[in-house]
Amino acid sequence: MATLDSKIPSGPLADKWRNHKANIKLVNPANKRKYEVIVVGAGLAGASAASSLGDLGYKVKCFVFHDSPRRAHSIAAQGGINAAKNYQNDGDSVHRLFYDTLKGGDYRAREANVHRLAEVSVNIIDQCVAQGVPFAREYGGLLANRSFGGAQVSRTFYARGQTGQQLLLGAYSALSRTIGQGLVEMHTHSEMLDLVIVDGQAKGIIVRDLVTGKITRHAADAVVLATGGYGNVFNLATYARGSNATAIWRAYKRGACIANLCYTQIHPTCIPVSGDYQSKLTLMSESLRNDGRIWVPKKKEDAKKDPNSIPEADRDYYLERMYPSFGNLCPRDIASRAAKRVCDEGRGVGPTGLGVYLDFADAIKRLGENGVRERYGNLFDIYHEITAESAYKVPMRIFPAVHYTMGGLWVDYNLMSNVPGLFVLGEANFSDHGANRLGASALMQGLADGYFVIPYTIGDYLAGQKPGSRPSTDRPEFKAAEDNVTAMTNRLLSSKGKHPVSYYHKRLGKILWEFCGMARTKEGLEKALKLIPELREEFWKDVLVPGSGDTLNQSLEQAGRVADFLELGELMCRDALTREESCGGHFREEHQFPDGECKRDDASFGHVAAWEYQGEGKTPLRNIEPLNYEFTKMSVRNYK
Amino acid sequence: MVAENTSSRSLSITLRVWRQAGPTQPGKFVDYQSKDLSPNMSFLEMLDVVNDELTLKGEEPIAFAHDCREGICGTCSCTINGKPHGPGKGVATCQVYMRAFRDGDVVTVEPFRAAAFPVIKDLITDRSAFDKIQQAGGFITARTGSAPEANGLPVPKPDADLAMDAAACIGCGACVAACKNASAMLFVAAKVSHLGLLPQGQAERDRRVLSMVSTMDALGFGNCTNQYECSAACPKLITHDFIARMNRDYLGASLRAAFKPESAASGGGAG
Ligand SMILES: Cc1cc2nc3c(=O)[nH]c(=O)nc-3n(C[C@H](O)[C@H](O)[C@H](O)COP(=O)(O)OP(=O)(O)OC[C@H]3O[C@@H](n4cnc5c(N)ncnc54)[C@H](O)[C@@H]3O)c2cc1C
Ligand code: FES
Repeated sequence: MATLDSKIPSGPLADKWRNHKANIKLVNPANKRKYEVIVVGAGLAGASAASSLGDLGYKVKCFVFHDSPRRAHSIAAQGGINAAKNYQNDGDSVHRLFYDTLKGGDYRAREANVHRLAEVSVNIIDQCVAQGVPFAREYGGLLANRSFGGAQVSRTFYARGQTGQQLLLGAYSALSRTIGQGLVEMHTHSEMLDLVIVDGQAKGIIVRDLVTGKITRHAADAVVLATGGYGNVFNLATYARGSNATAIWRAYKRGACIANLCYTQIHPTCIPVSGDYQSKLTLMSESLRNDGRIWVPKKKEDAKKDPNSIPEADRDYYLERMYPSFGNLCPRDIASRAAKRVCDEGRGVGPTGLGVYLDFADAIKRLGENGVRERYGNLFDIYHEITAESAYKVPMRIFPAVHYTMGGLWVDYNLMSNVPGLFVLGEANFSDHGANRLGASALMQGLADGYFVIPYTIGDYLAGQKPGSRPSTDRPEFKAAEDNVTAMTNRLLSSKGKHPVSYYHKRLGKILWEFCGMARTKEGLEKALKLIPELREEFWKDVLVPGSGDTLNQSLEQAGRVADFLELGELMCRDALTREESCGGHFREEHQFPDGECKRDDASFGHVAAWEYQGEGKTPLRNIEPLNYEFTKMSVRNYK
Repeated sequence: MVAENTSSRSLSITLRVWRQAGPTQPGKFVDYQSKDLSPNMSFLEMLDVVNDELTLKGEEPIAFAHDCREGICGTCSCTINGKPHGPGKGVATCQVYMRAFRDGDVVTVEPFRAAAFPVIKDLITDRSAFDKIQQAGGFITARTGSAPEANGLPVPKPDADLAMDAAACIGCGACVAACKNASAMLFVAAKVSHLGLLPQGQAERDRRVLSMVSTMDALGFGNCTNQYECSAACPKLITHDFIARMNRDYLGASLRAAFKPESAASGGGAG
């Protein structure tokens, strides 16, 4: 049984981080270059960590499966990044951002982590501006803000509809500088396929060169995973196609606990599915909800009518009706379920009936078409490209889609997993968003972890490691891990079955969307727990992976990732089944209030569930980290 | 009125695809029939379908680069019917939809061609030269934790907006592939302009442009002869005005470097 010590520092909430930084161990500057740190991933979390650690003097090796660090999935984030700057003088503060994030997460995150996140949020904006991130500005030259779901203040910083791109390019520029200076050694096209544990500590990784197929061993004094979320387990999601869970899943199989997998975020504003061939779903940024109004016809009969012909009186602006104070800006989980409900009632629009309108007619009246174009032009363009419809003339059609995963590898306050020496940052960890993430908070968390947390906390661990004690890659642990990787590659290539990898990924996605999507039941989850192992068995018997392992082979890459999803998906359902309550992104139909809101059970489930691998074919162990709320009261979320 | 998709009828095309097993192997065009496609399908989704069919037939699927599939990561990089990123203005390969083609069309697909972008396999090229140019100077040195208060440095909105126009570059390399000289001027100019337009970027402005341009030259990119095919192919429609801007910067920086040698104590270069 793993020990889950959250290592939350004592003392008043607002002093914890400051005191902790003052008390943790430091590595002296001359010794820093004797330590090697592996960073896997160069999204916001990985790139910020690698460059910051490089600047501190550690020897850093950074690995990405992409052909360049600039291509990480973070690049696609559109809407913005939160920070408690209170530039708008609208009553924002560190405490309010802390409180909004905790409440938005439905009281399933640690108070101390969330408070730290809110504290460093202000430093992130300073850091990014110094790097040249071209945030939106007001005419006076100062930074502009917009509002986002789950907040009543305007604290979101943005760069047109490309905030993730600009933040990532900022972090990438810092990473490029440190690579140029020889502080970071960059390995692109390099996929981590196993974690190496020596004497109970994370000391290396096994990597496949995706161009040559060569498998190599890398040792380090500590390993940092910043490999992103696992949302592509659903096949259709807003994630980049390459995003995958292989790094965190293989770390899990080496003993790192994986927490709260059932907390998945379904984003309310995505472009609906158009056909079977669909390879991904495109998000329309939540920022659109600032000015767009969501509605469906009041009457089922109107669902197929031209929306512009439906009179005002026959429209149901259901979010404004159900949540008058937050209206269209209520949190994502709530907005998504509301959309599902109106579609289940037969009032959904578009060819499939799985869609609701997001209407800008009022905004255009108020701001003019140009005003709307200035704010959202690129999003309207994306919408037009995909659907061939102009949202300036016809309301957009949107539907919820899988967008973010709050669950991930368990970490303590130092962002270290239960495996000493293994740190996990960004979307790959479970730490700060509880059961639901607020918009514009993932970018904040990724950069907080990489720029402002890991540079301090990794020192605390490394200071306890003798300089130069890094194990040699000739050790049996490295060989065993490499053999494990080679065996899996060979097994995939030799099966030569009947169906391409995509066939299994699509089927897995359908099972999960149906039984572990926006609404879950005991019955459905039990069914999924039967179907997924069957599908997995079929996959290993019948998958067809063409080509060989010693060249670039995209089918092989995909096969390995889907093999992991077939295992992770099962555990996600198990996590959802055992969490007999509804909270945030996890909605169990059995547990709801008469008005359809989430019914939490704090007494039985006010905890983190962290699963521990027990070996192939064995049911994993469910460990618990109780959530102690010292400073806030766990209350029922109310956005009405 | 509901804007109609241009057509709801399915279409069939002949794909003429560049197949090349590896960097040193010879490549050739191979034809494939792709049938009954929905016009709402993306070009890459069409390739997915073709690849699944090839897999089932026991052939190797077509290797192509892609990731975000929404025009922002810069990974996708096909030359379609002779145009980098294909028909349509201001879009990347992943944003091309089958409604752009007609039933019966022959559609030629090649990798981005440029000496500095060697082919890895089929439609995938090695564009790491772009990363090397960035490493030479595409940054503002701001070590973590050293930043001043963000609003301490107001940036006039027009400058910030123009910097953002340049910063929108997705690093795909279409500008290079479109240029008959395989020049990387638009890519480099976009980064030099983005950072050079901001007050934060002034300290390293000269060094940045000199270093990035010399690295670009060393990596085998060609010269700019002002044909502007680059901006026409750019998925973000980045204007070639930035090239003129960079040329001015470069000239000024060269003159200043010639007449004002750096202090011997000024420390290491940009790396
Ligand atoms: C369309 C979209 C819009 C979004 N908009 C917003 C927004 O407006 N605001 C907000 O706050 N959040 C937003 N998010 C969420 C946010 O973008 C992500 O949560 C965040 O960027 C994740 O960053 P990351 O650094 O953790 O991981 P990623 O950016 O996913 O990076 C993962 C990195 O790990 C590498 N990697 C992964 N596995 C391996 C392996 N096995 N071996 C080697 N390398 C590996 C990859 O190469 C990559 O470099 C959005 C998400 C989506 C999908
Ligand atoms: S796949 Fe990302 S830009 Fe085309």
